[in-house]
Amino acid sequence: MNEHANLLIIGAGPAGLSAALAAAPRAKRIVLLDDNPLPGGQIWRDGPQAKVPGQARRLREQVLACANVHWHSSTRVIANPAPNTLLLENAERGWQIDYDCVILCTGARELLLPFPGWTLPGVTGAGGLQALIKAGLPVRDQGIVIAGSGPLLLASAATAKSNGARVLRIAEQASPAAIASFAAQLPRWPHKLLQSISLFDRQYRSASHVLAALGRDRLEGVRLKQNGKVVEIACDRLACGFGLIPNIQLAQALGCAVERQAVAVDSWQATSQPCVYAAGECTGFGGSERALVEGAIAGHAAVGNRQAAQRLWHRRARWQGFANALNTAFALDPALKSLADSDTLVCRCEDVPYAALTGHSDWRQAKLASRCGMGACQGRICGAATEHLFGWQPSAPRPPFSPARIDTLLCLEHTRDA
Amino acid sequence: MPDLTLDGRPLHVAAGTSVAAALALGGDGCSRTSVSGQRRAPLCGMGICQECRVSIDGRRRLACQTLCRDGMQVETRP
Ligand SMILES: Cc1cc2nc3c(=O)[nH]c(=O)nc-3n(C[C@H](O)[C@H](O)[C@H](O)COP(=O)(O)OP(=O)(O)OC[C@H]3O[C@@H](n4cnc5c(N)ncnc54)[C@H](O)[C@@H]3O)c2cc1C
Ligand code: FES
Repeated sequence: MNEHANLLIIGAGPAGLSAALAAAPRAKRIVLLDDNPLPGGQIWRDGPQAKVPGQARRLREQVLACANVHWHSSTRVIANPAPNTLLLENAERGWQIDYDCVILCTGARELLLPFPGWTLPGVTGAGGLQALIKAGLPVRDQGIVIAGSGPLLLASAATAKSNGARVLRIAEQASPAAIASFAAQLPRWPHKLLQSISLFDRQYRSASHVLAALGRDRLEGVRLKQNGKVVEIACDRLACGFGLIPNIQLAQALGCAVERQAVAVDSWQATSQPCVYAAGECTGFGGSERALVEGAIAGHAAVGNRQAAQRLWHRRARWQGFANALNTAFALDPALKSLADSDTLVCRCEDVPYAALTGHSDWRQAKLASRCGMGACQGRICGAATEHLFGWQPSAPRPPFSPARIDTLLCLEHTRDA
Repeated sequence: MPDLTLDGRPLHVAAGTSVAAALALGGDGCSRTSVSGQRRAPLCGMGICQECRVSIDGRRRLACQTLCRDGMQVETRP
């Protein structure tokens, strides 16, 4: 079965939802899809241990109430077999969709860097732990160390604590000076200032980073470098993430230009490809407020309502300022490039150690020689890590973009026959 | 309130619980065995790393992006 959309929106986080709502009055048939079971993206996750804020719930209800918005849950993009056509898959079936115009709202993922012991059960991403807890992961009475960089560490700690965990340490790699200068700018965004005060935790240490996760079959403790001193803390979980990086793979596959590791867009949120827009964190890390306004601009622009889009430019500029302040404050310390030992696995899908990667000149060569990045995650974890460690540029992804069933791939035969 | 089976054992979880959370509620939290034989558990929690892939009713799915349903059969050891 094939499907047609006048406007296709990929990703139903703040940006995708906001784009759908803005475009709905003028678009004939909008299809909104996301690989998660529920709309809301990374920040607005419902679950047995989480409640989505009222504003988010209302936005979601408004979007789903539009008769011309068709919502596909748990749906991933597998391939781009022809211009303006994508191959999709959900739990039951695979099918092709063709579209007049698409808005990419694919968000961001955490930068996860390899360090000794990071493959032990009990080690997760920082935002990763937050997402898992919201979906019901039990953490009551567990001792948790949170490490890495960025405001997500505090958000993750707050979720863990409110579900009964003991947060033993929050290790932020940024220097005290960087954090102080960021905090000094916060009054420009009063809402964010209040948020950060409510998230403050006395276990927070700056200029601190993980050295190793310790344990045999699962995590038993962590070794940290804390303000120059090495300390060990016994714990049940380590949640470690080094900030967010834009999901640009789909945009790259569609031929969109990329700038500073994010999808490049103009003031209408249009990419370098005709009829392809991008909004939210895939155009750069910057929080949900920026994602909402970018989504609305893209939604209006995609249906030709340039006036409405332009009216939002000043709001976007305000949140872009916040994003810039964040990115400067939490820039990564070069010391984090030397966390891995020679036997630390860098590619967790193919179990490729660090030693097998040194000596190669680029991603392609390393991949062919070692199978790094050839596994199920298609280099989304190790490609981002080696980009940070060695400066290698991962190549644009080739379909299938995620592991797919044979019967889904067989749908491609229809395109070829046509 | 779904009732499922995890590696042959019955498990009852709250509505809206992901399979990734169920792995920890009803077992040791692990999802798969790596190519060199290490046990692994969900890492990113958001559908990127693929560490959480398990067999659900005979199909390979991501535990972190799948909600528990009544009668589901989840296997973490192939
Ligand atoms: C784990 C995590 C936790 C976070 N927690 C907070 C928080 O507590 N507070 C805060 O202010 N900010 C948080 N953030 C930052 C947050 O990402 C942004 O504030 C906001 O959610 C960005 O909105 P977005 O719409 O651009 O992207 P996202 O919210 O990331 O939404 C993108 C959506 O697209 C889906 N997707 C991506 N690619 C595809 C594809 N190819 N096919 C189908 N679907 C796809 C993703 O699964 C996701 O649901 C968090 C980020 C992460 C990664
Ligand atoms: S935990 Fe990473 S994909 Fe599920």
